[in-house]
Amino acid sequence: MNHPTDLLYSKSHEWVKFLDENTALVGLTDYAQDALGDLVFVNLPEEGDEVTVGESFADVESVKAVSDVYSPVTGMVAEVNEELLDAPEKMNEAPYDAWLVRVENITEKQELLTAEEYIRFYESEGE
Amino acid sequence: MGSFLPNSWQEQQRMLKEAGYDNFDALFAQIPEEVRVKSLHLPEGMSELEASACMEEIAEKNRRFRHIFRGAGAYSHYIPAIVKSVVSKEEFVTAYTPYQAEISQGLLQSIFEYQTMICQLTGMEASNASVYDGACAAAEAAAMCRDRKKNKVCISGAVNPQVIQTVKTYCFGNNMELTVIPDKNGITDTEALRREISGETACFLMQYPNFYGNIEDARLLGEITHEAGAKFIMSCNPIALAILETPGECGADVAVGEGQPLGLGLSFGGPYLGFMAAKGQMVRKMPGRIVGETKDADGSRAFVLTLQAREQHIRREKAGSNICSNQALCALTASVYLAAMGAEGLTQAAKLCSSKAHYLQKVLEEAGLSLKYPQPFFHEFVTVSDLPSERILGALEAKGILGGLPLSSREILWCATEKNTKDEMDQAAQIVKEVRKQ
Amino acid sequence: MKLIFERGGQGQRCTILPECDVPEVSLETPGRREKLRLPQVCENEISRHYTELAKQVYGVNHGFYPLGSCTMKYNPKIDEATAALPQFTEIHPLQPVETVQGCLEVLDKARNLLCEITGMDDMTFQPAAGAHGEFTGLLLIKAYHESRKDAGRKKIIVPDSAHGTNPASAVMAGFQVVNIPSGKDGCVDLEKLREAVGEDTAGLMLTNPNTVGLFDKNILEITSIVHEAGGLTYYDGANLNAVMGIARPGDMGFDVVHLNLHKTFAAPHGGGGPGSGPVGCKSFLKEFLPGLQPQPGETGLTLQAPSQSIGSVKAFYGNFLVVVKSLTYLLMLGREGVPQAAQNAVLNANYMMQKLKDLYPMAYPQPCMHEFVISAERLKREKGVAAVDIAKALQDYGIHPPTMYFPLIVHEALMVEPTETESRETLDQAIEAFREIWERGQREPQEILSSPHHSGIKRPDEVQAARKPVLRYNFPETKAQ
Repeated sequence: MNHPTDLLYSKSHEWVKFLDENTALVGLTDYAQDALGDLVFVNLPEEGDEVTVGESFADVESVKAVSDVYSPVTGMVAEVNEELLDAPEKMNEAPYDAWLVRVENITEKQELLTAEEYIRFYESEGE
Repeated sequence: MGSFLPNSWQEQQRMLKEAGYDNFDALFAQIPEEVRVKSLHLPEGMSELEASACMEEIAEKNRRFRHIFRGAGAYSHYIPAIVKSVVSKEEFVTAYTPYQAEISQGLLQSIFEYQTMICQLTGMEASNASVYDGACAAAEAAAMCRDRKKNKVCISGAVNPQVIQTVKTYCFGNNMELTVIPDKNGITDTEALRREISGETACFLMQYPNFYGNIEDARLLGEITHEAGAKFIMSCNPIALAILETPGECGADVAVGEGQPLGLGLSFGGPYLGFMAAKGQMVRKMPGRIVGETKDADGSRAFVLTLQAREQHIRREKAGSNICSNQALCALTASVYLAAMGAEGLTQAAKLCSSKAHYLQKVLEEAGLSLKYPQPFFHEFVTVSDLPSERILGALEAKGILGGLPLSSREILWCATEKNTKDEMDQAAQIVKEVRKQ
Repeated sequence: MKLIFERGGQGQRCTILPECDVPEVSLETPGRREKLRLPQVCENEISRHYTELAKQVYGVNHGFYPLGSCTMKYNPKIDEATAALPQFTEIHPLQPVETVQGCLEVLDKARNLLCEITGMDDMTFQPAAGAHGEFTGLLLIKAYHESRKDAGRKKIIVPDSAHGTNPASAVMAGFQVVNIPSGKDGCVDLEKLREAVGEDTAGLMLTNPNTVGLFDKNILEITSIVHEAGGLTYYDGANLNAVMGIARPGDMGFDVVHLNLHKTFAAPHGGGGPGSGPVGCKSFLKEFLPGLQPQPGETGLTLQAPSQSIGSVKAFYGNFLVVVKSLTYLLMLGREGVPQAAQNAVLNANYMMQKLKDLYPMAYPQPCMHEFVISAERLKREKGVAAVDIAKALQDYGIHPPTMYFPLIVHEALMVEPTETESRETLDQAIEAFREIWERGQREPQEILSSPHHSGIKRPDEVQAARKPVLRYNFPETKAQ
């Protein structure tokens, strides 16, 4: 499983890529997409929506389940990745290209993990 | 007494023993004594012959009318014989919802075909597998349009009152605000609609043809609705859609309606069929089952229930609707009906309905009942008269004719379909004339 | 199999309607521009098409259908016959009341019998299905609290073992859902319930016997905890088949109940509907009921709107013909037949469970009611054979699979509900099939994983169906565009 070292990770299995101090892309980790199985749809927020640390801002659907996606940061949704609406398989095939939202005006962020810490975290969680 | 238990009493006793129980009481040991039934006040059971006779006796207390000129949401159409023959096949009747695709391809395919036919009728992109009836379809459609910023529903006052009532009740449930836009001259008052509709309006719902039978300018109503940023819902008569501009062509976001005219009997109000079709992104907000085409492991065409993650069994409190059972057998009925009629036959039915209704209107006019609204109408229309509605309808009933629906002491809503012949319409008009003479 | 649109062809048709016998009128309003495309088939073609489709459907008439929580019992033919009487099917719902006395008698009689079975005081037949009944019952609860100006009651308590419809219905009725975890025994955790109730509690929704097939022994305490907090109690009647004539929701302390006539009262499921979900209530709620209710008048039955009615959840009086079927069924069963049906439903489930539990781990090994839940977790861990694979393998034995992956509180759940209308012979054959699948799962798991082998199609690609939905047929002309 692939977890790039230039990204940060949340315990609820989202990755965060800071573009600058106040702007970040958020997506689902490789571990998450693998656990969820083939994803078939994503419900995204609207541009301009506020997202809050620890609160659900989107959900992803597999054939027989739906899972919430939680925000690792507080800020405003500047852009949503509409490509995923037509090609949800991208979240499975290239989870780190398949960002869900770009968040701006970030005022707060969760305590995030490095790739190494994240791998240790989910391995211990699985036990 | 009747019973459908295959195992004899002796066999039951043996099975009890093998399952580890002395008797039936022991089997129910988990039920606290305080809540056990001590005596059950039900009548003694019957044999099949007795039950059949009993139900027939009850049925005889109803009166069947030879000729029906009443619609108002339930329509007397001819049902081709093939329809009953197909939908009484035990396989279709006794199956459950087709969760197990491998052994339900026939059912799934029939629903896929139904969805296709509904898309054809409405000019929309996708249809669900049905909801309970036309009124529920309208209410579910309104709920579908809701979003965080839009919590108001506008509905035309020219919609069937039962549909308005149902939408209102659903709104009482989900706390949406309902505004009834008044009608003027038998159609929606467009000025009132412009006044009432706002950025907080989720949708506007109109009926096509409307409750009074009038054919509204749906395109205009759609434009007003879209200008305000709301979704446009059309509740349609499916037979009229054979000839009218389709909801898709009128710009509707969601098309719904009562499918009963498509081969379902009057049946004292049910089971009927709510159909629902939508465009674009609204598809994922549709409630209920949806069948999709795919391939099986060998690459052959296969059908499955799809987009299931919208539904209550997965999404639970986040589901847009709670519907699970629908009206599948009624949807099958509609499919067989539409297959038997074909495009040509359905168009013929629509033209017959409309032509007969216009003839009925003409002969009733000659008998002194004048047309209330100066609007184009399909197969229903309203008359006004100086005679009490009760007297007119009473005289018709005495001759085995169910007249129109009284809307007030002087107004009657009439309906004609392909079943009504010229002779029976002439006879009805004659009876009305005679009432006037008395 | 060909789609009906791929059969027949240009010019093929049925001749159903006559020529017009009045002057033809063309409407002045805009007509449809898009050509209407419907099947072009003759009657023979239609008949063969649906005969072929029917071969690819598994109904109760084919064989064993132990679909848990769905009560797939045999549907008596006499019920179909009475519901097909023209004196029922040809009655307009808006006929004068004196001409529909038979229909009103059906509703009134069915109401009386079902109120006796449930211990309720009144009942509406307007809801068309179980979920629709839930929505209706919750609106009664909402209207009741509002009528007492007790508007702060916004929460409905739902156990985590509940059917998905319960929380979905609660939200549709404008409530917030409070999920409470079940205890280890699968029943309501009384402590958790006590913690959950309060001044904001509108009510509790409960299925009893619950979805793991157990009758909650604390039922009286549960309903009184909710009542003491000022909430009302809602009985989800999905599993009434286990206790009809044996115990009544009204006596258990419930205020509102919905029934599924298409489960408990033998009306067929029709491939997904129409059903009927009547809602019964105690007398203090009857003035809130929706629609029109039959009431005795001077010259027969009349239709009256309850004084504080919530409105209508559907047009007219519900799925009337389904009520005709269930009334016919009830008339036949009567006083003795009703509890006997429940007894045998429970017996058949326990018999099967007893004969499977040495192989299949039971989620709750104590005696069950009308259904039991297998957990295939171990087989999945050891051999990779999951609940879904057992289900698919059963198809090859001519058995409809049990409900899979429900309740959610059991991993790899298979919920088996044999119903009372199955013979010992059928049960024994099914037991044999279950056991053989277990053994083959140990020996040749690959064979089970690739099943079914003898059905019309192999396993379909559901992922593709959901990612790129194809929801209607594309006619050749439109394809070319």
